[in-house]
Amino acid sequence: MDTFVQQLINGLNVGAIYALIALGYTMVYGILRLINFAHGDVYMVGAFAGFYIALYAGFAAGASMVTLIIVLLGAMIIAAVVGMIIERFAYRPVRKYSRMTTLIMAIGVSLLIENIFVAQIGATPRAFPDFLGSQSQAPYRLFGNAAISKAQIVIFLVSIALMLLLQWIVFKTKVGTAMRAVSFNLNSAKLMGINTDAIISLTFAIGSALAAAGGVLTAQYNPNIDPLMGILTGLKAFVAAVLGGIGNIPGAVLGGLLIGAAETLVVGYGQHIGIASTYRDAVAFAILILVLLLRPSGLLGSTVQEKV
Amino acid sequence: MKRTILALLLITTLCFSFACERRNGGSGTNAVDSGGEIVVGYYGDLTGRTASFGQSTRNGVEMAIDEINKAGGINGRKVRVIVEDDQGEPNKAATVVSKLVNQDKVHAVLGEVASSNSLAAAPKAQEARIPMISPSSTNPNVTQVGDYIFRVCFIDPFQGDVMAKFAANNLKAKRAAILYDFNSDYSRGLREFFTRSFKGLGGEIVAEQSYTQGDRDFSSQLTQIRAANPDVIYVPGYYGEVGVIANQSKQLGIKAPLLGGDGWDSPQLWQLGGASLNGNYISNHYSVDDPSPAIKKFVADYTMRFNISPDALAALGYDSMRVLADAIQRAGGTDSAKLRDAIAQTKNFVGVTGSITIDKDRNAVKPAVVLKLQDQKFVYDTTIYPEGMTPPASSGASPAAGYPSPPAAASPASTAASPAPTRAASQPTNR
Amino acid sequence: MPTFVKRILGLVVIVVLLVALNAFMSRNGLFGFGLPYYYAELLSLTGISIILAVSLNLITGFTGQFSIGHAGFMAVGAYSSVFLTVYYSQSAEQWLTGLVGATVAQSLVFLGIVVFGALIAALAGLLVGIPSLRLRGDYLAIVTLGFAEIIRIIILNIDRVGGATGFRGAVPPWEGRPIIPLYANFIWIGGFAVITIVVVYNIVRSDIGRALISIREDELAAEAMGINTTRYKVLAFVISSAFAGIAGALFGNFRQFLHTNDFQFIRSIEIIIMIVLGGMGSITGAVLGAIVITILPELLRQLPGNLIHYRLVIYSALLVVIMLTRPQGVMGSREFGIPWLKRAQRQPEGDKPVGEKGVPIAQQTSSPAMDRADEIKPR
Repeated sequence: MDTFVQQLINGLNVGAIYALIALGYTMVYGILRLINFAHGDVYMVGAFAGFYIALYAGFAAGASMVTLIIVLLGAMIIAAVVGMIIERFAYRPVRKYSRMTTLIMAIGVSLLIENIFVAQIGATPRAFPDFLGSQSQAPYRLFGNAAISKAQIVIFLVSIALMLLLQWIVFKTKVGTAMRAVSFNLNSAKLMGINTDAIISLTFAIGSALAAAGGVLTAQYNPNIDPLMGILTGLKAFVAAVLGGIGNIPGAVLGGLLIGAAETLVVGYGQHIGIASTYRDAVAFAILILVLLLRPSGLLGSTVQEKV
Repeated sequence: MKRTILALLLITTLCFSFACERRNGGSGTNAVDSGGEIVVGYYGDLTGRTASFGQSTRNGVEMAIDEINKAGGINGRKVRVIVEDDQGEPNKAATVVSKLVNQDKVHAVLGEVASSNSLAAAPKAQEARIPMISPSSTNPNVTQVGDYIFRVCFIDPFQGDVMAKFAANNLKAKRAAILYDFNSDYSRGLREFFTRSFKGLGGEIVAEQSYTQGDRDFSSQLTQIRAANPDVIYVPGYYGEVGVIANQSKQLGIKAPLLGGDGWDSPQLWQLGGASLNGNYISNHYSVDDPSPAIKKFVADYTMRFNISPDALAALGYDSMRVLADAIQRAGGTDSAKLRDAIAQTKNFVGVTGSITIDKDRNAVKPAVVLKLQDQKFVYDTTIYPEGMTPPASSGASPAAGYPSPPAAASPASTAASPAPTRAASQPTNR
Repeated sequence: MPTFVKRILGLVVIVVLLVALNAFMSRNGLFGFGLPYYYAELLSLTGISIILAVSLNLITGFTGQFSIGHAGFMAVGAYSSVFLTVYYSQSAEQWLTGLVGATVAQSLVFLGIVVFGALIAALAGLLVGIPSLRLRGDYLAIVTLGFAEIIRIIILNIDRVGGATGFRGAVPPWEGRPIIPLYANFIWIGGFAVITIVVVYNIVRSDIGRALISIREDELAAEAMGINTTRYKVLAFVISSAFAGIAGALFGNFRQFLHTNDFQFIRSIEIIIMIVLGGMGSITGAVLGAIVITILPELLRQLPGNLIHYRLVIYSALLVVIMLTRPQGVMGSREFGIPWLKRAQRQPEGDKPVGEKGVPIAQQTSSPAMDRADEIKPR
């Protein structure tokens, strides 16, 4: 039993990160009907931004929540700016073209970011400083063998806080209302006097900031960061967004947690039914295919009729 | 339209005529030594997924060449290296080696780190009868490609066996769990041979889990391993994942020590794993406690030149070039048949990764040492000898056995002094 | 000249050219002259890339279905055909030699091997296509990517074809050839490249091609016109996978070594860059793109300044820049051909290429009021 609880904790931990990244995907898709392939790389940029902030500010490992918060905020700001730049210079010019053009552009931007990083700072993984001291501290025992570490607790708490913040922004502020309006119908919102370009930029900024938060938090749990870390995580977060209903914010959170749990449980128990733990990544794709075949609108999404 | 076609045809014909060369119908004649500078080809992954491996090895090779040239070259001839990037893809590895031996007409080839790339490229070198020395490919098949293919590292069967013996005999372990990198030929090879030897010594493998290079979360695999209650856990992977695995295993409260291979060897390991690495063991080429001045000089020079401490790959790259240089010297030139024979006759060559002797299968025979990880250092524990190699009279008490070590002026070398992982890396499934 | 004589003449010319080129590239050379091995290898690899690019163009350029899984089908074709080469071709060859002599036997066996690779790849295409092609563009891309990765992982798990070590020859304890023979010379590669181009060209100019293009332009309208879009999409997908399988078979028997690292995501992306560069609605564009992208890394090696290290940066920058400036690629949807080989080139009505400037494909309903929306400035 304690093994199961442990696996669940592990799964929700991983899932919380997917949820943070999925939020960015879902918001951008809701507004632009665009899958931002470069989003996973923004997650990576966030992690590296945090790394370099810590490096230049001279923060070293040590149990300090304050340094973590400073690094977190710094990384989020940098990533928000990067997200806005991508939108302004890469996506906006091709918005009026066909969907395939925007898709190819998104892939191109994603590859560009990754490879610029690899070319400039090398593909060697770096070690993100451990602000929470989890390398030397013992975990908290729950019962039996089940344990939860400080890093995991922090990841949960910060993720939940950020998601609640996002909910508040989207549903309780004027800007949020504008975002929702744009996601319903871009042209109508424009007619209503909303500066759609600004709202789109803001959406990218918020989504990127959340992804960066995911990057920094994940680096506390697994300090190994490298320029290619965003690819697979980004893809799985996309699957999470689809699972929850793309365009739906609570759906993204639900999807992220579910994917994380599914992945971990399949790896943990899959051997009994013949699935090797190396099929871990395949789990997310399998879920995607099932969702798209059986319930394409996702768990919490609503079916949208395609108008001709 | 017709004119454009004509123009195109003309251009293509011109291209071909410039490109063509005389053929004399003979297949692969041996490259004859024509004096002049010695050209060595190096190929590795410089920009791909495992770029750090290829870059490290290249650094070692380049440093060796600079030292050789500063000392006047080999028999008075300077050495030049042509560095090619294969982006970590076997197909490209074959292409670049083909270019090196056929186009650039190098006298010898050094590379590759990953066995899959070496296997793809070795036939090209063999066909052109140009000797190839792999610094760190550990799959036994690599040197089977032909008599011109050599390596200066030990092979998977030996290393896996070493750790199994250590676990069973020294740690008295009866139950072992294995956590290996599924995608990596090196990791799978070690797992296979560890399993065979451990079972042969009466042990039991109680759990086996795998991951992929690039995975970020190992908690589910470790949780399952924890439930099986092993005495030791064998993790024959690379430092990038191992550091995190050690960390996460401590966070899960796992007490069993982790055992590993030379893939752990890197200064990065400590940054990633920190104190959670204490109490684990690895098999490696030799001990950092070795006070040998040659090793300390290598470390100091490398650190000064590249601003980073050398890892095992750099040391193996360095040794592979020096073995080649030594062979060229003994052969009196770069005549490929003579060079091949000279390399094959390498005996007790003192490298920074240990004493190298090339056996009849063109593999390096070296003893392995088992090191304990403690407080950011690799501490010497014991030496394990390959079959048929007799330990020196002062059995086992000296570190780095197998080659003469100076009187023990044991100043603890920094972690960086430990070289020599044997890599047979593969790519992660990140995309 | 009647058309069929033209065609036979064309065939003869092509065969002679291929045989001459092949001799030129081989050890003994043509009349004593030969091409350096390095260039010869490049030429062969280019031929294989052409097959890949033209086949991907069929499904992505002409049918508008964005597939990032092409490398997966290439892998399927490669491994299945080389499996035959290593484990079964020797006995087949010996048996046939008794009947028709050694060279013919070898050619027949190899032909069979390539066809087998194509069939297995086509089967894989069918299995992947049926569930996936119901999905819209963006999702299809991810799903095909996923399938390609799953295929790769499955192959990685099969020890009989080498697993993580790579496939060089028979894996003990199974019996077979110790080394993969060099079956695929330039006659085969060039020949199949020509076949691919001809087949795809003919498909595109036929009724099937019109259906595919209509699907690309507006799937709903095509469906409304009575075209069974799923059937046509799957058909195009299967054909394109079959050719990818052929390319894989040729690749495996040329390189004499297979490893799943050669079939990763980046390979699929390379093929996409080829057709994007050349122009997604054009076969000649695909050929051009294939040639450029295959030769480019080697050119970069020669240039000073270690530009080869920036190869991937250059590729991705190329994608971005092309999308920004000329999304239709170099050729757009035009073809480059010899007048007396082409019939009058009739373009179907409304055949605008993907992403051509100024022709947006409507994402939302439009009406005069909506079109004026751009002129309204926020307060």
